[in-house]
Amino acid sequence: MSKSKFKNPVVKWIDHRLPVFSFMDHELNHYPTPKNLNYFWNFGSLAGFALVTMIITGIVLSMNYTAHVDYAFDSVERIMRDVNHGWLIRYIHMNGASFFFIVVYIHIFRGLYYGSYKAPRELLWILGVLILLLMMATAFMGYVLPWGQMSFWGATVITNLFSAIPLVGENIVTWLWGGFSVDNSTLNRFFSLHFVLPFVIVGVVILHLVALHRFGSNNPIGIDVKGTQDTIPFSPYYTIKDLFGLSVFLSFFAAAVFFFPNFMGHPDNYIEANPMVTPAHIVPEWYFLPFYAILRAIPDKLGGVLFMFSAIAVLFILPWLDRSSVRSSQFRPIYKIFFWILLVDCILLGYLGAMPAEGIYVVLSRIATAYYFFHFLVLFPLLPYIEKTKPLPLSISEPILGGAATASAFATREKK
Amino acid sequence: MIKCSSSIFSKNILRPFLSVIIICISSVSFGAGEKINYPQLNWSFSGILGTFDRASQQRGLQVYKEVCSGCHGMRLLAYRNLKAIGYNEDEVKAFASENSVNTINDDGEVVERPARPSDKFVSPYPNDKAARAANGGAYPPDLSLIVKARPDGANYLHALLTGYIDAPADKKVPDGMYYNKYYSGNLIGMPQPLYEDGVEYADGTKATPDQMAKDVTAFLAWASEPEMEDRKRLGVSVMLFLLLLTALSYFAMKQIWAPIKNQ
Repeated sequence: MSKSKFKNPVVKWIDHRLPVFSFMDHELNHYPTPKNLNYFWNFGSLAGFALVTMIITGIVLSMNYTAHVDYAFDSVERIMRDVNHGWLIRYIHMNGASFFFIVVYIHIFRGLYYGSYKAPRELLWILGVLILLLMMATAFMGYVLPWGQMSFWGATVITNLFSAIPLVGENIVTWLWGGFSVDNSTLNRFFSLHFVLPFVIVGVVILHLVALHRFGSNNPIGIDVKGTQDTIPFSPYYTIKDLFGLSVFLSFFAAAVFFFPNFMGHPDNYIEANPMVTPAHIVPEWYFLPFYAILRAIPDKLGGVLFMFSAIAVLFILPWLDRSSVRSSQFRPIYKIFFWILLVDCILLGYLGAMPAEGIYVVLSRIATAYYFFHFLVLFPLLPYIEKTKPLPLSISEPILGGAATASAFATREKK
Repeated sequence: MIKCSSSIFSKNILRPFLSVIIICISSVSFGAGEKINYPQLNWSFSGILGTFDRASQQRGLQVYKEVCSGCHGMRLLAYRNLKAIGYNEDEVKAFASENSVNTINDDGEVVERPARPSDKFVSPYPNDKAARAANGGAYPPDLSLIVKARPDGANYLHALLTGYIDAPADKKVPDGMYYNKYYSGNLIGMPQPLYEDGVEYADGTKATPDQMAKDVTAFLAWASEPEMEDRKRLGVSVMLFLLLLTALSYFAMKQIWAPIKNQ
């Protein structure tokens, strides 16, 4: 079968010795995919596209950027003003970071809704959380590079968090800075790490894909693929669907880049960093706001830092926190409600992270933080003991035998 | 058939997800703290098709040169950039040569020479400390990015420049400070810069403070975003292309999926 697969003699010759073409044919062309995936399954490929876009634009930017406290700000402005289409590259990179996070957050919530993290996809999920963590580190260090006021003060606030570690905290902060304040050595190492971490992300993404292709995609009804009648080849069905999704994504992305390029940024970052002047409100980029709210909700510095990191850490152990064997929320009536509560809770935390830490905002932050941890640490383990799940359909192709109303509704639409 | 993948879920789920994104994004702009409302003007350069008004920009350059440049630099702008607002090579050369820059001659001595179009705008003070010393400790910020560096920059700038009023009786204004209704805290180190007929416009436009504020804001908005017109023009083409691509890929998807949906 593999011998006669390719007609082109060169391809055939190479593939016989180095089966890259067979590999691609197997993983990208024939790759059996559940036939009932909805548009939420587009966001993985979109995240991959965003990553590649960020790397390409980032490499071009780095050719014109100077990582030095005296020149960084001006070198970015030179890119904006004097480098041919430098403004385009920089605005794509700047807005690309936000869109990358939008896509990844939707991708994560899709996983939560359809239980994509459950056995046998635990490692797939854990690798995904690792990618999120690496993205956050990369984005944080990237935001420091233009050396505006928010760059500098954001870096100062976030690196100072490590001083909360007992005994060695101060030493760790000095070690991170490479000096006694956020300064030139900090900028230099952040540039270096910002350049290299995306390639680490690429490595983890490859592992993420290997893990994905081991069992294939989860699907909206969350039951395992029972046979070939449940799947279709990835190409052309999902390649064309991904292309359509990409076109829609690019339309939103281009609208932001060309018409509202600074909407998601902060005006203060167009003021050069000045260690002598503190901005009125130091606000991180929007994609960190929920975590920032958790940090500030805890009255103790070390406690705040621990809770903030725990907010991510609980995601790592989620496959074991959730005791329910039913994947999709479609068959979990109570969990489904709590899913939306969690989503609203995260948005609320994001809103609170942008607000000054005073008055009602602090109270709300504490409630929202408490709910976040309640959801993961109490609800996920205990809900299965209370919840009566709906009967599962027998297979993706023939869900009628399951007898559930949802399943038959699904079947009717499928058969149309 | 088409509906299979979308109908069940998109109606219930897609919309909340989209609103999530929108709320997430818009929450950022709430972070500014106490708000002062500025008059919202209808700028020619706002909106997705907006362009700069050349005549207004040129008058704005005149206001900058005759009023603002005494204290405020524009170090990121080069004289050659003025070609973009409608000046020719000779006019730019003449404009640049009114300023002088230091250079080192072949004997190693620091000498002055007239500025060239390739030089950046010469700042009024040699360094930040000199700027502060000459202005009672207040630092006159560089204006190269001022419209981008303030929330609602154009409206803010126009409001600030026209916001000088007599202080309320209960408000004490210290020496060297001035009262401005649009400045955060109301006490500003910059004296009122724009007075009736403060400049004489070459095109005969009446130089009211409001007119001058609008013109200099138009000029500074361009200085902050010199790429804006190119960006929007390219943006329109890109959007048209993407709409076409979206439509084509949608119908291609429908066609390819038809046998699966009809199974």
